[in-house]
Amino acid sequence: MSSSTVTSTSPSRRARVRRTLLPTAALAAVLSLTACSLVGGGGGASDEGGATADQTSDGATTADGEASAGTGASPSSITLVTHDSFALSEDVLASFTEQTGIEVTVVAPGDGGALVNQLVLTKDSPLGDVVFGVDTTFASRAMDEGVFAPYTSPALPASAEQYLLGDALTPVDVSDVCLNVDLAWYEENGQTPPASLEDLTQPEYAGQLVVTNPATSSPGLAFLLTTVAAFGGADGSSTAGDGSGWLSYWERLRDNDVLVVDGWSDAYYVDFSGGGGDGTRPVVLSYASSPPYTVGDDGEPTTAALLDTCFRQVEFAGVLTGAANPEGAQAFVDFLLSPAVQADVPGSMYVYPVDDTVALPDDWAQWAPLATTPFAVPADEIAANRSTWIDQWTQTVLD
Amino acid sequence: MRAGAWAIAVALPLAFLLAFFAYPVAAILARGVVTDGHLDLGGFAEVLADPRTWRVVGHTLGQAALGTGLAVGLAIPGAYVLYRCTFPGRALVRGLVAVPFVLPSVVVGVAFRSLLAAGGPLGALGWDRSLVAVVAALVFFNYGLVVRVVGSVWERLDPRAEQAARTLGASPARAFATVTLPALAPAIASAAALVFLFCATAFAVVLVLGGQRYATVEVEIWLQTTQFLDLRTAAVLSVLQLVIVAATLVASGRLRTRRERSLALVEARRATAPLRLGARACAVDRVAVGVTALTVAALALPLGSMLVRSLRQDGRWTLEHYVALGSTGDRALTVTAWDAAAISLRTATDATVLALAVGVVLALVLSRRPRRRTGRRALGALDAAVMLPLGVSAVTVGFGFLIALDRPPLDLRSSLVLIPIAQAMVSIPLVVRTVLPVLRAIDPRLRQAAAMLGAGPGRVLWTVELPMALRSIGLAAGFAFAVSLGEFGATSFLARPDRPTLPVVIYRLLGRPGEGNYGMALAASVLLAVVVALVMTTAERLRPPHAGEW
Repeated sequence: MSSSTVTSTSPSRRARVRRTLLPTAALAAVLSLTACSLVGGGGGASDEGGATADQTSDGATTADGEASAGTGASPSSITLVTHDSFALSEDVLASFTEQTGIEVTVVAPGDGGALVNQLVLTKDSPLGDVVFGVDTTFASRAMDEGVFAPYTSPALPASAEQYLLGDALTPVDVSDVCLNVDLAWYEENGQTPPASLEDLTQPEYAGQLVVTNPATSSPGLAFLLTTVAAFGGADGSSTAGDGSGWLSYWERLRDNDVLVVDGWSDAYYVDFSGGGGDGTRPVVLSYASSPPYTVGDDGEPTTAALLDTCFRQVEFAGVLTGAANPEGAQAFVDFLLSPAVQADVPGSMYVYPVDDTVALPDDWAQWAPLATTPFAVPADEIAANRSTWIDQWTQTVLD
Repeated sequence: MRAGAWAIAVALPLAFLLAFFAYPVAAILARGVVTDGHLDLGGFAEVLADPRTWRVVGHTLGQAALGTGLAVGLAIPGAYVLYRCTFPGRALVRGLVAVPFVLPSVVVGVAFRSLLAAGGPLGALGWDRSLVAVVAALVFFNYGLVVRVVGSVWERLDPRAEQAARTLGASPARAFATVTLPALAPAIASAAALVFLFCATAFAVVLVLGGQRYATVEVEIWLQTTQFLDLRTAAVLSVLQLVIVAATLVASGRLRTRRERSLALVEARRATAPLRLGARACAVDRVAVGVTALTVAALALPLGSMLVRSLRQDGRWTLEHYVALGSTGDRALTVTAWDAAAISLRTATDATVLALAVGVVLALVLSRRPRRRTGRRALGALDAAVMLPLGVSAVTVGFGFLIALDRPPLDLRSSLVLIPIAQAMVSIPLVVRTVLPVLRAIDPRLRQAAAMLGAGPGRVLWTVELPMALRSIGLAAGFAFAVSLGEFGATSFLARPDRPTLPVVIYRLLGRPGEGNYGMALAASVLLAVVVALVMTTAERLRPPHAGEW
């Protein structure tokens, strides 16, 4: 009885129909405007997307789409596997196809760490032909697992030779992970900015530093390696209480109220006083290339990188073992070293060209020099100790 | 319907779940427990003996329980005010509470921290990077979900039962506790189970707001898989996660079935009443309105801080970040934010169609009441199984796709179809949980009457059950669409740089230096929020002309 099945034709029926039809029609219109479907619709964004990537990206959704996955690709196409920060100017990427006739499909399965680990997991059935974006901290693992086929590019510039790693990885760009200081904050507060790692353990700089977690962020790991290189303990054992080990440095940082957050954007935009928000900490872990982006109305940047606190990261490219089109992959590695790409990387990926004969953008040349003597830890040592160091760091700083 | 038709109705969705969920997850777990061709369970002993594992499990359960309890506790008055009462601006508030559910957690993290960090407007509370911040964010994300799932049943609950109780002398509180609450219990249990699973698998928001100190199982799986490639540990943790999820599902399933019965449903128009706050309003109403107003204000705070910062540059007000949406940023993107929004909408359409096709069929199957006990057991197992995709880490699924779907006929790794499929996996449980309570609440006598009058089983389905469920299917479509718009975890492993979705674009912009890129990221988040609010309010008003009349 109580389950009332209302059958009366309501007087406002027509009004109600109109009210309900309107949103239905609106939704239908939205759906048809957006071509309804990613898979079905070929138009939309692909008109403006990278000219080279597009023809193959549509192919990837069709039945013979396996071609772009690297298994049995035609010689005129390659698949580039890279990290989610990869970017090159459209015309630069298009020029590769113009010069060589090789179409490029780009896949970016996650950040740097996820990229390398996926390469290792899929080495028997590779994701593509060529990889860009393996960095110093992950390079050894990828090489040890046999992910890359040997290749030395004839285009390698002289300034890149110092970064060569094994016979398979080609250095493409470098960047320095450095502490940045908010000059405006120090001027306002009448204090001299810190200049060295040691300064930050001094009481006058208490509560001023924000860094990122090495377990979850790549600059965080780079800074951990900076302290390993600077204070010793690279074998993972010399952490004894002589005051020189890297862990004891972190103890002093912790006692000086260092703030650890989990990602770069969080540190820079929320906690750093120079990031445009309400942050209260004038020292942040960032890059040597960050200051030009804080140039104010007076034409001077309000922040500066501390060049004695830098760790040099190198990004490598390599040809994948089992690539369907190894010649095309090698041609792409050579292309990454060409002057056009080398000149494009500062603007598109915020990194420095590995070829030092290529000119930097003016504001970089003026405000973002690389460190002259950056810290470094050999790649094989990083691979061997990575998880131990991160565990020790976690126990010392967070627990 | 004939047995054969039901067999197909069970088989097709199951095949989909097996191919795109069970098989990839099994493949990645197998990598962790098989060494040199034989089973090696040594990892279990090692990981289970590590005190850190149990601390992480404790965090997961504790945070999820707190988040779920608070979200449900606050959302019940919210569902009453937003669905049982009418007042001007109601649609706007309903749209607002739906927004957090789909915002990318990176954005929510930054928005929360901008409020809570030292120097922020709420910095004095000292909640930055604390358990309070994590739980608050979990409630922020899930409040709207509970309000909607509970509200969509409540707004059509026949008010006469409660009125009768009141006439017989029960106080408003007593009438609510003894009449209304039991009727709502299945919907509440459904919503609570969903929220618990969302909380237990929360990832970025835990890291950003709490830090590794409050790491959950999900965070550990992500660390072990993507940073250390320790698949052994990751596999053990994934199994632990599955155990937690299964236990939750069994518990909520018990609670649901004990309460679940057909409800007297009426058209929403007839159950709602204008909100009264004057002298004649009863105390219960005042409390409900007060709690809801405070909650909505708290939800609006982080959204407001996001909006404000999207309108500022170099200390002055500006619209330039919104203008920048038509560009590729400071060369940070390969497409404009508008293009990315179009790609998002198209992907979401595909994902929604998939999720509805699979989810509605599953809900229909699950709404049957087989006479045999084995049949009921099988349905119970299926009911739990369709929820599993919510409880398994996006990393596990994403990496599983890579190693499982790598050979013909299923070589889909770089194919664009994988993105809507991965997003549909997350929406299917939501579709089932939204549609199923309504289907189960349909009075069986209606079906029996139709059958008695000569309608075949197919006709009963088509003319009785589907029309009654249509409104909830519309709501489910809204959920599926919104989830797909906001999905980042699985998408980030599959997205192609030339076809990024809006959350991927936001993430990329946030990772770039320059206040311009940051402002543009926030402007893009506001755009995403507006699109989601529009979709959800539209989906809610979708009502086929005849569906109201029962």
